[in-house]
Amino acid sequence: MAQLQTQSQRQTQGSASASAVLPEALPTTAGRARRKQTFFDRFLRHRSAVLGAVVLLLVVLVALLTPVLMNHDPTLAVPQSRFARPLSEATPPAEGVYIFGTDNLGRDVYSRVVKGSQVSLVVGLGVSLAVVIAGTCIGMLAGFFKRLDNPLMRVMDSMMAFPGVILALAIMSVRGPSVGNVILALSIVDTPRFARVVRSVVLTLRELQYVEAAHALGVTNLRIMLRHILPNCLSPMIVQATFVFAAAVLGEAGLSFLGVGTPPEIPSWGQMLGDARNFLAQAPWTMVAPGAALMVTVLGLNLLGDGIRDLLDPRLRRQG
Amino acid sequence: MFRYVIRRILAAIPVMLIVSTTVFTLLFLTPGDPAGVILGPDATPERINELREQLGLNDPWHMQMLRWYGKLIQGDLGNSLSVNNRTVMQAIAERAEPTILLTTLALTVSLLIGLPTGIVSALSRGRVVDTLVMFVAIVGVSMPSFWLGLNLIYVFAVSLRVLPLAGYQGLDQGLGETLRYLIMPAITLGLAQGALLARMTRSMMLETLGEDYVRTARAKGLNQPAVVIRHALRNALIPLVTVVGLSFAVLMGGAVITEQVFNIPGVGRLLIQAIGRRDYPLVQGIVLLIALMYVLINLLVDIVYGVLDPRIRQSRA
Repeated sequence: MAQLQTQSQRQTQGSASASAVLPEALPTTAGRARRKQTFFDRFLRHRSAVLGAVVLLLVVLVALLTPVLMNHDPTLAVPQSRFARPLSEATPPAEGVYIFGTDNLGRDVYSRVVKGSQVSLVVGLGVSLAVVIAGTCIGMLAGFFKRLDNPLMRVMDSMMAFPGVILALAIMSVRGPSVGNVILALSIVDTPRFARVVRSVVLTLRELQYVEAAHALGVTNLRIMLRHILPNCLSPMIVQATFVFAAAVLGEAGLSFLGVGTPPEIPSWGQMLGDARNFLAQAPWTMVAPGAALMVTVLGLNLLGDGIRDLLDPRLRRQG
Repeated sequence: MFRYVIRRILAAIPVMLIVSTTVFTLLFLTPGDPAGVILGPDATPERINELREQLGLNDPWHMQMLRWYGKLIQGDLGNSLSVNNRTVMQAIAERAEPTILLTTLALTVSLLIGLPTGIVSALSRGRVVDTLVMFVAIVGVSMPSFWLGLNLIYVFAVSLRVLPLAGYQGLDQGLGETLRYLIMPAITLGLAQGALLARMTRSMMLETLGEDYVRTARAKGLNQPAVVIRHALRNALIPLVTVVGLSFAVLMGGAVITEQVFNIPGVGRLLIQAIGRRDYPLVQGIVLLIALMYVLINLLVDIVYGVLDPRIRQSRA
């Protein structure tokens, strides 16, 4: 999960300067409509962004269509068909083809991979939502009110003083394995970085003339934050949220691989890889599909995030 | 310079305080009773309560924490509940060697991969090599380390049988033997970081290659290698120092997973074992030590950064 942190660190610097350019770009509603149009056009021309979006869409489709796509019960252990090779027929009374083979308990790997997409997406979505909400609140308060800046950011700093995996492990050891706790642990890990990004953007926006003008007109702080500052933070927030999503999917897999993530009865890619590890010589196929699914999902998210950043950050676009 | 160093050290102290308080509180809130763990399932409630009283577990939070801090300053992290007759410090020290070697090797791997590819990519910007390198790099960043590890084990240990499947041989068995056991884990752990480093190196290089002083160097007729190495790379390396410092933290965290993949008896595996056996003092000790190491490494990076770049020393004055 922490693999992306240095990258996001860089993001902090990139987006701060980008934001200074953005406010001019959204004056009227007509202009806004035109800008959306061109953004979408540019998006379609950005090959890796489109590739990432397509991959992500596919994973979402798989997760939504899980009941249709599965051909076995993903949690049903069939002792007589342990370690069935990929594409082998099930031994009666079980039926159907084991597309990716079966694992050490005789569970169908294909159905488990399909089912596993759900946990990955739920955790990814849950964590990015929680991080966006918490990170935006904290970053906004720290950036807008000078008094709150130091205390809030010191706490964020010390949360970042734990390597992500270690902090998540410590939280999981306290709370016990469950999907909700995985979301909680990973959200706590990823919030400080997001808050930093928001804060750095708010710091630059706060000094701009239109904010000063709003102050002079007697607009309330809350209204300035929501109406004038928040909309201009959106683009770095979207980019950052995509990376948080990717990091959360990887993080869930890592925790489950270690046996402290999702509980055993919920199929998850990381957990499948953890099981596969013990039977690598006998059944190497058990590690292929879950690992590939995991990598492709994370790759899709990273491509999408990179693409959106290229499109939204004029400074980076110039660099090519 | 001296004042800058002192200021960085002073800034690290509150972070360390909050870190250690967080670690203590987190484990304090843990459900489950250490006294019950020590005595086993057959213990009577009276016996458990007696031991709780003895261990000071019945005291309020702040009393326990003050006592814990008092011992911490003397380097005493308490006794491990699951590793026989060991203090937490001893238990960690016994497992430190493989983790330190693994992390260092992985950092070396990531530098060896990241720097050259990043530079080549920046110099051939927009061409096929660049596109290819950057695509491989983003695949590398997205590759779950444990999956990479399993694949390496399958290819080199199960199929080709050229490297040991898993486990670890200490330095007392000879450096060569140790390396044979650590090479796959180091690649597993270092590759993603190397890919990330390649991306960073590329963008830093692109930034410096566009600077005026590089154009000046070219204009005065300096040859390409001299421009790249002496002017562009040297300036690009400064921010990269920070990245390497952060890498260390990521690698220390990642080592937990890598040690699990390769059955390496390091601190990371010890942590997983301690969590499984509800050995709270040990969990607390490991998490705290890793976090403090991270703070110290970042402090060191900040200082090196200040040495390399006078502007940093000034601006934070």
